[in-house]
Amino acid sequence: MTHNVLVVAEQIQGVFRKVTFEALSAGLKLAAQTGGELQALVLGSGIDGLAADLKAYGAAKIMVADDAALADFTTEAYTQVLAGVIEQVQPGIVLLGATTQGKDLAARLSARLNVALATDCVALAVEAGQVVATRPMYGGKILADVALSGTPVIVSLRPNTQTIAPSAGAGTIEKVAVTLGAVRSQVVAKQFESGKVDLTEADIVVTGGRGMGGPDFSAIEALAEALGAAVGASRSAVDEGWRSAADQVGQTGKTVSPNLYVACGVSGAIQHLAGMSSSKVIVAVNKDPEAPIIGKADYALVDDLFEVVPALTAEIKKLKK
Amino acid sequence: MEILVLLKQVPATESLIAIANDRVSIKPDGLKYVMNPYDELAVEEALRIRESQGGTVTILSVGPAKAAEAIRTGLAMGADKGILIDPGNLTCDGLATAKLLAAAIKPMTYDIIIAGHRAVDDDNFQVATALAELLGIPNISMVVKQTLADGKIRCLCTVEGGTKEVEATLPALIATQRGLNDPRYASLPGIMKAKKKPLETRSIADLGLDAAGLQPLVTIKALKMPVERKGGRVIEGDSVAVKVAALVKALHEEAKVI
Ligand SMILES: Cc1cc2nc3c(=O)[nH]c(=O)nc-3n(C[C@H](O)[C@H](O)[C@H](O)COP(=O)(O)OP(=O)(O)OC[C@H]3O[C@@H](n4cnc5c(N)ncnc54)[C@H](O)[C@@H]3O)c2cc1C
Ligand SMILES: Nc1ncnc2c1ncn2[C@@H]1O[C@H](COP(=O)(O)O)[C@@H](O)[C@H]1O
Repeated sequence: MTHNVLVVAEQIQGVFRKVTFEALSAGLKLAAQTGGELQALVLGSGIDGLAADLKAYGAAKIMVADDAALADFTTEAYTQVLAGVIEQVQPGIVLLGATTQGKDLAARLSARLNVALATDCVALAVEAGQVVATRPMYGGKILADVALSGTPVIVSLRPNTQTIAPSAGAGTIEKVAVTLGAVRSQVVAKQFESGKVDLTEADIVVTGGRGMGGPDFSAIEALAEALGAAVGASRSAVDEGWRSAADQVGQTGKTVSPNLYVACGVSGAIQHLAGMSSSKVIVAVNKDPEAPIIGKADYALVDDLFEVVPALTAEIKKLKK
Repeated sequence: MEILVLLKQVPATESLIAIANDRVSIKPDGLKYVMNPYDELAVEEALRIRESQGGTVTILSVGPAKAAEAIRTGLAMGADKGILIDPGNLTCDGLATAKLLAAAIKPMTYDIIIAGHRAVDDDNFQVATALAELLGIPNISMVVKQTLADGKIRCLCTVEGGTKEVEATLPALIATQRGLNDPRYASLPGIMKAKKKPLETRSIADLGLDAAGLQPLVTIKALKMPVERKGGRVIEGDSVAVKVAALVKALHEEAKVI
């Protein structure tokens, strides 16, 4: 196999996702194992200035595909460009962040190139010349070590699982010519809440469950703000219509691995635990000492959340002053 | 509208998963199998499109004979017919599954294919989008709302930190996200009727494929259980204030996460 590692950098509204730096750091370690070099590709429109932000992460070459047609991600257009670049530079391994866009792009690319794909991986290594990735299955109830055959292989990495390690690289920046064939899908509108950290990338997540008793999550929001955290919800809170489905943590929602996960009024059903058990530290606030979440939490506070959460917010604000 | 729905039979989400003695598969004992939850949304959306536009809903599933149960559930919800693709003793990775589906679908006429964005067993996030590429049609993922007009489908999709609207020309494949709809239950008359609806089974040979081109590129070397979390410390104290102060101290000084 060829030894180079190509990282597909993901930027949104002109800012790189954190997982891009994680993928570059993981890619550099892999390249050291394969004896190849690390390369990066950025796609977008009007992103000339952006590529330099990647220089500090060890890439030998940064390729930029800058075209009006790439302003917004569509699976079709991005797959065409990425497939073209892969044909040109012939990497052995292609790494992406396992984001909404990264997972979609990786899937389409795997079919176009007829190559192996391992999605949402938490670890990877080269063993006897073959890439072996570790990926959660069954919503995280099991981990699988999978071996990927053929060249190149595609791996998407779960956000928040790789350590970011800045490293000097030559970082030459190269433009990639963009020629697109038929693209039958396009983004016609978009809406982003500015400054909002996504659940999957947040260092801290505060979640409210049915114990919130209603749609008023202001106490949780205030605690999240004090902590710089993202707000999650159990499925019950989503089913009640208190929170949007995008906030759901669990086997049929988002999987999160923050440094700190604070579950408030969440019982800890198996489907919920599947989505957050890989958090580094778990805090449970629950009035029921028998709730399953208590048995999984590093710190449990058994009391009424309506008293605990505001007090916690105040105490954290005091600490941060 | 000719609507195709992709569905997979998976262990129910409340299942405890254990590793089998071969270390590369899971213990089947006592597992209850159900339709993948995201595929329930797909069946429901297909039925709603048929109800408003007319047409036929055909379910396709790759799996062992047992997977016919999940197809029957879809038929009981109201779908018209089903096709089970039984790969025999071939172990399929996500791409091989997509190839089987593509071979079955290529000779069919269709306007929309609806799938889930992931199956909650393998969590590959791959089959739907890979299939769209193999068929040469556009795909839209994480759909929470769709409207059809003038030979196009327009979808509202969730992305990190927001939503976007994507439009594609038909035929197209869309993949569901929670929030799209509330799937109906199969009614008793529905279940009775489903027994008589056509459900055919096809083998790899029936699809004109050869097992050699379907060998998995991704193979499981070993399954492991994640590190089991044990309960830590229950914070003691006479009042909420005392407990909260102790918790914040522990998070700051001991766990060092704030
Ligand atoms: C197919 C399927 C998929 C699913 N997927 C998911 C998923 O992805 N994510 C998910 O979360 N669930 C999922 N579930 C649902 C899951 O089984 C549980 O029903 C759900 O997680 C329970 O949510 P909860 O903990 O908020 O509510 P409950 O189980 O009702 O727990 C509420 C908790 O709040 C506590 N409480 C109440 N009032 C207070 C108070 N004032 N102060 C402190 N504590 C209080 C109670 O002691 C209790 O422990 C799924 C279920 C199915 C069938
Ligand atoms: N064996 C299968 N048979 C039919 N459809 C499938 C199969 N596996 C996956 N799919 C479809 O593809 C979606 C994504 O699955 P996956 O890529 O396995 O996470 C599922 O929600 C189904 O709609």
